[in-house]
Amino acid sequence: MATTTTTVPSAGPVAGSRSFLSRLREGDEIARIITFLFAASVVLVTILLVFELWQDSSPARHKFGFDFFRTSVWDPVFEQFGALPFIYGTLVTAAISLLIAVPLGIGAAIFLAELAPARVSDTLEFFIDLLAAVPSVIYGVLGIFIVVPLMRQYIQPALKHSLGFLPFFQGPTYGIGFLTAGIVLAIMVIPYIISVSREVLLSVPRDQREAALSLGATRWESTWKVVVPFARAGIFGSIFLALARALGETMAVTMVIGNTPKISASLFSPGYSIAAVIANEFTEATGDLHTQALIELGLVLFILTFILNGFARLLIVATSQRGSGTAHV
Amino acid sequence: MKRIAGLLLVILAVAGGVLWAAAALTITGAGATFPYPMYSKWFDEYHKKNPNLEINYQSIGSGGGIKQVTEGTVDFGASDGPMNDEQLKSYQDKHGFAVLHFPTVLGADVPAYNIPGVTVELNFTPEAIVGIFLGKITKWNDPAIAGSNKGVALPANDIVVVHRSEGSGTTYIWTDYLSKVSEEWKTKVGKGASVNWPVGLGAKGNESVAGTIKNTPNSFGYVELIYAIQNNMPYGRVKNSSGVFIKAELASVTAAAAGAAKNMPDDFRVSITDAPGKTAYPIASFTWLLIPQKFSDAAKRDAIKGFVKWMLADGQNYTEALAYAKLPKEVVTKELKALNSVQ
Repeated sequence: MATTTTTVPSAGPVAGSRSFLSRLREGDEIARIITFLFAASVVLVTILLVFELWQDSSPARHKFGFDFFRTSVWDPVFEQFGALPFIYGTLVTAAISLLIAVPLGIGAAIFLAELAPARVSDTLEFFIDLLAAVPSVIYGVLGIFIVVPLMRQYIQPALKHSLGFLPFFQGPTYGIGFLTAGIVLAIMVIPYIISVSREVLLSVPRDQREAALSLGATRWESTWKVVVPFARAGIFGSIFLALARALGETMAVTMVIGNTPKISASLFSPGYSIAAVIANEFTEATGDLHTQALIELGLVLFILTFILNGFARLLIVATSQRGSGTAHV
Repeated sequence: MKRIAGLLLVILAVAGGVLWAAAALTITGAGATFPYPMYSKWFDEYHKKNPNLEINYQSIGSGGGIKQVTEGTVDFGASDGPMNDEQLKSYQDKHGFAVLHFPTVLGADVPAYNIPGVTVELNFTPEAIVGIFLGKITKWNDPAIAGSNKGVALPANDIVVVHRSEGSGTTYIWTDYLSKVSEEWKTKVGKGASVNWPVGLGAKGNESVAGTIKNTPNSFGYVELIYAIQNNMPYGRVKNSSGVFIKAELASVTAAAAGAAKNMPDDFRVSITDAPGKTAYPIASFTWLLIPQKFSDAAKRDAIKGFVKWMLADGQNYTEALAYAKLPKEVVTKELKALNSVQ
């Protein structure tokens, strides 16, 4: 607690004997109280957020109960609301984006951290940071004008031709849909994975590499078998940061996903995501139940993120116990 | 430290004083996005004429406008669809007096398409439009479309339907029209700012709908008339209730309102889709200001009444430059009368 002064770890032999008043005057105590309040505000905001979502969605939760997660009709006129197509769309697009972004991002990070000359690495890092800072609506525009026509004219017909026997690559090719949304998301999250993974790889102690090399390992062997496992926790961290962004992304997704609440195996089909439907319908939702259902969707997205984050933590704990030392980022 | 704090106080005081002097009275409103360009022009012009009055309008959407005026957080609201009886009742219960609708301008939806090889203006019957949006008419050369377009070589391609993804007044007008011309649409889908679309792709905003139509061969969708005019988009004629295929233009939209004006209810909550009259374009609508009937602040009341009066007279001259259709004279007269009941 902020008021108990005895728990403050003493900074030196003198600090312990100083009175509360003198420390207050010198700023230690003030700094501690202020920073504590800042830290506490994070917890407070999270709790308030959940409370608000829970409270405001209450009538919709009571009306639909568990059916909200099982049904897939979303009809604002006749007030039937089911969240399944949105949950499906959110998970599918996030999964596609990670499938593409993880190998590309980690590969690029390894090159930048281990193999590229420092000058090249630093220059590229500048561009990557720039990419990470581009507003998502810009990626959406890029998606509409470049990715969508490319998908419709070349990529989707090619996939249909070669892999059309799979249910994922069937049906009409509009250019928009799950696959396009996943690809645009991948482009958006790759900079995060590269940037964080590169930092983590660079922070692996030099003697780890030297030890591996001195045992006769090649450059690649030392990178792949020693450096990357050493940095595993941090790399996972970058992936989960990317996942969080992919789950919550709104603008870029709504511009290319097709905004149709339907579940279909084909990745060419238009779909919908939770964040997109909230952004699309919230301002013009006139019925109370419609608004509440959208708020409940917000709660679902929160829970989804929470569960996936929990998994992430478990995974990091599990892998770091099994393997070598842990890298902290 | 003290000096900085003192300086800050002085700056705040000066800034506050300047703001106070600049606008003696600020009125806030919120709501519909569709008429926002018009409203912002009006509020700006009116502010030039009355420097002491500032009208601050936030285009947060019609749903938001209705909610905020009901909550009492804004002085007036604005909506593309009239408030329903339930919403009016909840306003009355909360405040003890009513909220009034005042039509400001007119908007219309037009059917837009992209069929490779077809450059002429197509004619659409209500049956064709409903059939396409219900997913019953799936090919461009369907007799329901080809029948009213003799001599046009329509391809046997699948129609890709494009609609708005976000809740919007444009969608409200479109679905209101479809509900009027088709019993099946009314019972299956209904009207609203967002509906459960039987078929099609959802695109966000007029820009996206237009972009998707432009980029997707054999597509069909709807956009606001203003948007089609400003972007030179080709769009089709629609058969009105008198059986005439008519193109959406500012004149034909105003004609639709004039046709409806004769039976205008006193509360102005009227839908003018499928309006009577040979020259009336059938997919049009008013957009409304939502003004409380009673104000506790007399200065605000007089300011709002003054603005509405100006908007109905001089204000209407600004509409066509921004591609909004004017209110017919009958409606203006009726509104001026209704304005007197605001106290």
